[in-house]
Amino acid sequence: MTPSLAIQTSNLTKKFGERTVVDHLNLSIEQGKIFGLLGPNGAGKSTTIKMLTTLLPPSEGRAHVAGFDVEDEAMDVRRKIGYVPQLVSSDGSLTAEENLLLSAKLYRIPSSERQLRIEEALAFMGLVGVRSKLVRTFSGGMIRRLELAQAVLHRPLVLFLDEPTIGLDPVARRTVWEKLKEMNKRFAMTILMTTHDMEEADFLCDELGILHQGVIAAIGGPDELKKQVGPEANLDDVFIHFSGATITESGNFGDVRQTRRTANRLG
Amino acid sequence: METFDKREERQTDLAKKNSLSDYFAQTYALSEIEFKKLFRDPTELFTRAVQPILWLTVFGQVMSKVKAVPTGEISYLAFMSPGILAQSILFSAIFFGIAIIWEKDLGVVHKLLVTPTARSALVLAKAVSSGFRGLVQAVIIFIVAYLMGVKLNFHPVHLLLVILSVFMGSAIFSTFSLIVACLVKTRERFMGIGQVLTMPLFFASNAIYPIEMMPKWLQVISQINPMSYLVDSLRALMLEGGVSHFGIGLDFSVMILIFGLMLFIASKLYAGIVQ
Ligand SMILES: Nc1ncnc2c1ncn2[C@@H]1O[C@H](COP(=O)(O)OP(=O)(O)OP(=O)(O)O)[C@@H](O)[C@H]1O
Ligand SMILES: [Mg+2]
Repeated sequence: MTPSLAIQTSNLTKKFGERTVVDHLNLSIEQGKIFGLLGPNGAGKSTTIKMLTTLLPPSEGRAHVAGFDVEDEAMDVRRKIGYVPQLVSSDGSLTAEENLLLSAKLYRIPSSERQLRIEEALAFMGLVGVRSKLVRTFSGGMIRRLELAQAVLHRPLVLFLDEPTIGLDPVARRTVWEKLKEMNKRFAMTILMTTHDMEEADFLCDELGILHQGVIAAIGGPDELKKQVGPEANLDDVFIHFSGATITESGNFGDVRQTRRTANRLG
Repeated sequence: METFDKREERQTDLAKKNSLSDYFAQTYALSEIEFKKLFRDPTELFTRAVQPILWLTVFGQVMSKVKAVPTGEISYLAFMSPGILAQSILFSAIFFGIAIIWEKDLGVVHKLLVTPTARSALVLAKAVSSGFRGLVQAVIIFIVAYLMGVKLNFHPVHLLLVILSVFMGSAIFSTFSLIVACLVKTRERFMGIGQVLTMPLFFASNAIYPIEMMPKWLQVISQINPMSYLVDSLRALMLEGGVSHFGIGLDFSVMILIFGLMLFIASKLYAGIVQ
């Protein structure tokens, strides 16, 4: 039996006006894997995730997620995936529990199971003590854990994470890593994540793709990629090697501002 | 290459196609949340009440003395009370889009759009939320008008229809606002447009003077202004001896039709706000 694919894209392309941001992307990601999408600011990472999560219609090409077409079967895709965007997505004017309850209801988790799942999620993410606190009083690490809890409440087959640990302190970051590993193991959940943190990529990902100006410049396991670059190479070297060596004109003020804004809000 | 085990998934999924009960349950869940948020921080509700109260107590009192507006059997104050309710609904609903842009800038909208919820359910919940706000305004204006001696109609059927009318009005203007938000996408641009829209909608309506008093061209405009139908229904329903100019049936038909249209357009555009 061929291993089934959680994500498959063929010539997936996104253009904004004249500008091609994602350029004929061909990706195959096996079920149960953690795949890291790396690349400089403005490389097209978030745009790729938005297309795969049905938020943005592709300009060209196709993508299948959990076996469903992101355009023609968007609702089916949505039932099978979880998503934590680059921005803060939990509602600050609600409590942790209310946020979870809303997710549970929108995913139509049967009412008999709802409370159990929410309790489990709160315990798993270490949020039991703050369940009735408004999320706007949370630290960045707590918000990220809540967002993860919300995103996996319905046991998605594929989880999309856009810079999951941005703006977190080293301890909070490590906690998120452990939770992700555990979820990946426990539910055989495929994870596609983006990150600028090479240590994170090294620790978490089974496979990496380096995106540069909308094109995959390299793909493979972390160790494989390091070997390609040199005997002593680390992932920083790999990143620099494949993403055009120096700080190029890629990325713009808007990208940086948006990233910062997220960091501020979380920090 | 084979992607996933699709056939099996398909079969179990057939029963899970988004049904009408999903639709209502999701809309209800979202509305419930909006309701909670509204009453968690009620300061906004009260600051919003200041303006209509001033209109009634200052503008209303003065204009009653002047007797410049022929209002038939009823006093000018009674005539304008429903108009001021409609105005406060308009003014609070028309800036609803700001909240949507705010949610989009945060990422809350992204998350909602990725759940298996119909876009129209997301829009509908926002309309309901705006309806709650309108209702609070209605209660406040009922109290103020009553204290100022306006003869209000407290017949339960009338009250029920007032609630419906307030909901329709709020839903129309908030959904319209949402459409504008989806088109302009930034708060700065939205503020400018919001200011530009409210005044014509308000003054080119029968809110504070009867349509017959207007010049012909303005009469035409006010007859295609949804605001006029909201005011007309409220005037007929709220007041003791209130009469409808267009007919209650027509008022509600026009409002339902316009809301349907707004809902349709907004559902198509809503996902675009994150693009
Ligand atoms: N709606 C849009 N309209 C026009 N251009 C856009 C739009 N969204 C993204 N872009 C542009 O597409 C490019 C890729 O953006 P994207 O957000 O995918 O980058 P990224 O790889 O996620 O970067 P970062 O690491 O900064 O998050 C950027 O240059 C951005 O300015
Ligand atoms: Mg990004």
